Amino acid sequence: MPELLDLIVDKYNYWLYIVLMMIGLYAMIGKNNLIKKLVGMNIFQTAIILFYVSIGYKKGATIPIIQGDHGHGAADAVIKAADYINPLPHVLMLTAIVVSVATFGVAMALCVKIYQRYQTLEEDELRMRLSEK
Amino acid sequence: MNNYPAIVVIAPLLGALFAGVAAWVEDRATYPIALASLGIAAAAAVNDLITVMISGPIQYNMAGWAPPMGIEYRIDGLNALVLVLITGIAFLNLVASYKNVQQETPDRSGSFYVMYLLFVVGLVGVVSTGDLFNLYVLIEITSLSSYTMIALGDKDRGAIASLNYIFIGVIGASFYLLGVGYIYIKTGSLNMADVAAMIPAMTESSTLLVAFILCIIGVWIKMALFPLHVWLPNAYAFAPVGFARIVAPLMTKVMVYVMVRLMVSVFGYDYIFTTLSLSDGVVWMGTIAILAGGIIALSQKNLKKMMTYIIVCEIGYMVGGAWLGNELGMTGAILHIVNDALMTFALFLAVGNMVYKLDRVDITDLQGLFAKMPWTMGGFVIAAFSIVGVPPTCGFFSKWYLILGAFEAGAYHFAAALLVSSLICAVLFFKVFEVCFFEPMSEGHGHGDDHGHGHDSHGEHAAVAIEEAPVASVITLAVVSVSLIVVGLYSGTIVDRIILPFLN
Repeated sequence: MPELLDLIVDKYNYWLYIVLMMIGLYAMIGKNNLIKKLVGMNIFQTAIILFYVSIGYKKGATIPIIQGDHGHGAADAVIKAADYINPLPHVLMLTAIVVSVATFGVAMALCVKIYQRYQTLEEDELRMRLSEK
Repeated sequence: MNNYPAIVVIAPLLGALFAGVAAWVEDRATYPIALASLGIAAAAAVNDLITVMISGPIQYNMAGWAPPMGIEYRIDGLNALVLVLITGIAFLNLVASYKNVQQETPDRSGSFYVMYLLFVVGLVGVVSTGDLFNLYVLIEITSLSSYTMIALGDKDRGAIASLNYIFIGVIGASFYLLGVGYIYIKTGSLNMADVAAMIPAMTESSTLLVAFILCIIGVWIKMALFPLHVWLPNAYAFAPVGFARIVAPLMTKVMVYVMVRLMVSVFGYDYIFTTLSLSDGVVWMGTIAILAGGIIALSQKNLKKMMTYIIVCEIGYMVGGAWLGNELGMTGAILHIVNDALMTFALFLAVGNMVYKLDRVDITDLQGLFAKMPWTMGGFVIAAFSIVGVPPTCGFFSKWYLILGAFEAGAYHFAAALLVSSLICAVLFFKVFEVCFFEPMSEGHGHGDDHGHGHDSHGEHAAVAIEEAPVASVITLAVVSVSLIVVGLYSGTIVDRIILPFLN
């Protein structure tokens, strides 16, 4: 039991992202309302962003701007990688955020379109309407 | 430095930009821009293929940044082949679908062409790139443009089909992204060649295993492998014809390409087949996908839906073939990417022509179609023969390699499924032919308002006037149908000159 606890506490970032991801997945599959599903989708994507951000982080490190002299002198300063958090995963997530915002926008637009056509966003009602035809 | 690898991607991207601006001024101006940019992309892709065949793979550093820091485009035989395929099909479809777009989305043709170009940008980018994260972004560009295009389709169901596709597509892409994250944790690199060099040293790692499983499942969702296929039939059947014709042949095939790329160039055969020995299970999945796709297709009443389930069935061929774990199977799978793209394109061109004239294409609506649209039906028959696998059409040769591979691997169930599915497809298509050929035309059809480019000869039934689809569509269909046979006859050359050098 203590080992399990250690495992959870040591790697809490991973546990957190998995929990968030499952919440999102549940909402996407289990909810009836399309907007709730969209929110679930957003939580799902945010969980992955959280995962990436947490793997770039190091304890006691600072933002990756080289300290010391500005300009030409900075290149000569000794750079210890352990002093700086890893910026690459964070930069990747800028792109992923853009992607998720774009997806969310398209999905919202589709919801508007569906609502204009059927006056409802409940999935079971939509299914009923479709089967009537 | 040879800049053609970048031009293939950048030409449609700039085309989309210019077309978007032009659409503000004049909707009609977008079409020539789209045509020109895809023409340039196709020419550059052909140039890539020739260069690769003469002097080996091209490495192109985007913006001059060397890998592993920069994004690398690496063009080898496989990419070059698929690039020619994508740009060629996209260009031909644009020629063929001009009238269909006018008919279906008359007020939105400007936005249609812009999204069409962006879709092609995504596809060619996915195929060209040598960077794992870049691949994710480009997959999402492709998917986003296809979400919007599908929503342009059927007024009642288009938006709902598209929204369901979004939910499942996001899960697929996110799984892939998560897998890339784990690869990054383990290797600290995102460049495919770089990662591939490090993987043999860490085959025991469970992080790598998780990464592998997540990436592959993500790609499977995107390519609609059987139990994960639920989004595909509705999305493709309710898309506008001009778009269904390109998304159906290309999207799933490009995802199969991604799977092959991950297997061959990133994780490597040794890891997948020796360390994990996953071959058996996945070949069974392919077998089930083939049978299930075929059987569900058989039960469909709508021709479009039927074709979409045939795609699900064909995905099973390629997944099973790639996972047989021998060279013959992989050769068959890669050859089938090319052949299936062409076959599906021909089928959807023909179906699109029918939709143009008939509007609805339930099988009962197709009566007397051989007399009414002889050219379209001719193309349809050749495409159908190719799907069934009648020599000398190209479908036969890839199936031949797949069956040989199955025997070599001892996967007899897979070989049996391939043969049974050929039978199912034969039954399926002859059911359609029967209605089209023997049943007389019912009242209510054959009175189309616009006599397109009628051919003046009359069929045997004097009452039935020939009413063909637009002449551009018919000619494109003829070109593609002939290419089915030509590619079939030259499949030996393709295998010897392109696929085998890539695999070794």
